[in-house]
Formats: sequence, structure tokens, C-alpha cells
Amino acid sequence: MIKISRLNKTYNKLKALDNVDLFFEKGEIVALLGPNGSGKTTLLKSILGLVLPESGDIFVNGKNIKRDFRYREMIGYMPQTASYPENLKVEEVLKIIKDIRNKKEYEDELMKELKIEEMYCKKINALSQGMKQRLSAALTFLFDSDIIILDEPTAGLDPASADYLKMKILKEKTKGKLIIVTTHIISEVEELADRFIFMHEGRVKIEDGIDKLKVQNNGFRKSISNLFKEYEWS
Amino acid sequence: MNGHSILKYVFFDIIRNKWLVIYTAVLFALCSGIIYLSRDETKSIASILNIVLIIVPLVSIIFGSMHFYNSKEFIQMLLTQPVKRSAIFKAEYTGIAISLSFGFIIGAVTPLLFTGISKAIFLLLFAGIFLSLIFSAIAFYFSISIDEKVKGIGILLFLWLFFSVLFDGIILLFYLMFSDYPLEKFTIFFTLLNPVDISRIMIILNLDLSALLGYTGATFLKFFGSASGLIITIVSLCLWVIIPVFLANKKFKRKNF
Repeated sequence: MIKISRLNKTYNKLKALDNVDLFFEKGEIVALLGPNGSGKTTLLKSILGLVLPESGDIFVNGKNIKRDFRYREMIGYMPQTASYPENLKVEEVLKIIKDIRNKKEYEDELMKELKIEEMYCKKINALSQGMKQRLSAALTFLFDSDIIILDEPTAGLDPASADYLKMKILKEKTKGKLIIVTTHIISEVEELADRFIFMHEGRVKIEDGIDKLKVQNNGFRKSISNLFKEYEWS
Repeated sequence: MNGHSILKYVFFDIIRNKWLVIYTAVLFALCSGIIYLSRDETKSIASILNIVLIIVPLVSIIFGSMHFYNSKEFIQMLLTQPVKRSAIFKAEYTGIAISLSFGFIIGAVTPLLFTGISKAIFLLLFAGIFLSLIFSAIAFYFSISIDEKVKGIGILLFLWLFFSVLFDGIILLFYLMFSDYPLEKFTIFFTLLNPVDISRIMIILNLDLSALLGYTGATFLKFFGSASGLIITIVSLCLWVIIPVFLANKKFKRKNF
């Protein structure tokens, strides 16, 4: 579904992405792991067209995304922290995005579960950070996109919404969607992901199935944290 | 394709911004005050002109860059939607430019209309709108290029100071240093490099207030009759809008968010 080949990106002489080659399939949940500054967010942003790589190509459904914008119809994205125009109401923000997407059907159940309806008339600058996160979670899933990209989705969410979000992610997978998640919470990876990609200094270091690590004798959590330690000191 | 809906909401967001309301109100108060205090229409237009030449670029620069920096995350969010980058740029810039122009028209021009309608008022309206467009475009260019808010606004404030104050000083210094040479053509050329001076001259040429002319303006008046002068000023003002908007759009298209 998404194919990335030889992707390079440099920020002020710092290699954020170093010859990244990856492939993402339909119907899988992929966890993107790695220490801070390892290039996870840059990778996601390149897929979204927010960051323009120096070289390399990204194909979404077989089409090169360079100079294209229509492919983003297929993607729902939840950023690490979202912010919306201060002086608009929640209702209006939803309307802008709906206008842009121009789709007729919406997943109304989301609005109830994430308690968006009760903040419809509130202005954005009256929302707490958690409420904003709920809003962007709702916007991510609203349009039934084939690809869902989540950057630390549960970080600022209350437990109830976080649980709902996890359930939603698993449900979307069964519809044959591709879900890419970055997170620092290992239990989430264990619960959700089919596969994980470990990045370090802009390179893909390990690309493997979750099950393999689960059966290792010291357990999944330990294996992952060992991974982080190993690269932290190298 | 969906630029209009973005523009609509950028506009809604901005007109609810309290600083825009304050800007309009302060301009209105200042201009009404000047008109009330001086009974002479030409004099009051000249005073308002001086205020407009200082305040409009300053507010456009600060307001434009603050808006961009504050809505950067939302712009990011819009960029992940199926919209062209240039459509988002157009919506953001148009929204700012229209709101600032409206603020200026309501604040500075409506009080003048009570004194009657004249060519000078029309030109003041024209100059104020152009200055709003020009300086918000410059603000966009620098806030797109520079990620650090403080640095970006610092550079923009320096530019404002340069165009409003330093520029004329440099020309004067230049003139004094090379006073033995015929420099009129150079002066005219230099003047076209400063939109604030262009606006000032355009209005003063039509007010017959040569006493208020700076040194730059005096040469300008001598060289151009008001008719051909007006055409040249309009063309250069248009270029002053088109070039920064073009450059800012180009930067925006290639920016890594």
C-alpha cells in the first residue's frame, strides 16, 4: 500500500532519514519505534507531504506522491499535538475539514464516544489539551480513510478515550486498513501492533514481527527496552 | 478546489481577533481626533497620512507574522488534507490582507469621509490598502522562511524601522556625500525601492504640500508631473505586492513543516 524507496532527508547537516526503504501492507498495524530524534516523525511527515525529502520516492497505492496532493484523501493523520484557529468553534473547525474532504458519510459514532458533540459550541481557545487531542482523534477517523497515521495518539488522552481509540484502531484493521503508529508506550505496541520498525539516527535498524519478540524468554517489554538501551549507548 | 472554504474560515478567525478590533478602533480614534482638532482638510489629511505611514506597515508586519506563527500547526493540519499547498497559502494571505485592509478602511478612511470626498482621500485609501498588502506579504515571507518566532519578528521589526525611518536617512546621507554630482535619477530609483516613500510621495504630490516633502520627495516632484508620476507609483506599488507574494508562495511550497 505504501512503498518507500531510498528516502533521504537532512536537517542542518543532521541526517533525519538515511536511505530508508520500507513497505507497508494493507490490513496491518505497524508500530514505529525509536529514541527521540530517530526520524520517526520525519518519516511520517514525508508520507504526508509535510516534509519534502531530498531524494527517494514514496508510492501510495502505486502512485508517486511527488507533486501530488489528491492521495491525501486516503490518509487520516493525528499529529502529536494539534492546534486549531483560536477564535473558531469546534463545530466550525469540523466544518472546514468536512468541506475540504467533501465526503458525504461520516462516522457519527466517533462523535459520541469521544464526546465531541458536547463541545460543539465551544471556542477552540476554551478547550483543554486533552479535548483538542480528542478532536484530532475524531478528525483522523471521521472520513473512513484507508491509511491511518497516528503520532503518539494516546499521549494526552484520558484513559476512557485512549481505550476507545485502541479499540477503534483494532476495529479499523479488520476493515483492511493500514495503520501506522508511533508510541513510547510498550504495552500499546504489544496490544496493537502486528509488526514493528525500530529506527535510530534516521536508519531502519530492525524490522520484525511482534510475535517473535513475545516468545523470547525475557518477554516483550524487556526485549524492546533492551533494544533502546543497546542503541542509546552505541 | 476547496480554497474558498479555507479562506472563509481564516477570515472568520481573524475578524474575531481582538487585536484587529483594537487596531481599527485606535486608528479610528486617532483620525477622528485629528479631523476634529484641525479644521483644515488638507492639513488633517497630511497628519493622518503621517500616522498611516507609520502604523499601517507596523501593524501589518506584526499581525501578519503573529498570525502565521500562531496558526502554523493548523496549517500543518490543513496540509495533511487533500488540498494544494498554494491553495492554503492563497487562503491565508488573502484572509490577512483583506482583514487588514478592512481594518484600515474603517479606522482611517471612514472618519475622513465626514469631511467630504476628495482625490486625496481616495489616494490615502489606495496607499493604505497597498501598504497593508505589501507589509503582510513581507511578513509572510519572513515568517515562512524563519522558524523561530522571536528571530522572525525581530527581523521584520528591523525592516519596518528601515523602511519608515532609516531609508530616508541613508538617502539624505548619500546626497550630502555626493552633493557635487547630479543624483536626481538615483534618488528616484531609490525611492521606488521603498513602498512607504512611494505612498508618501503619491499623496503629497496630489496635496500641494511641498513643505512636507522629504528630500526624496522634492526631487520626485520636480521630475514627474503628477500624471506620469502616478502611473509609475502605481506600477511600482503593484510590483511591491506581486514580488513578495510570489516569493512567499514559492517558499511556502518548498517548506518542510
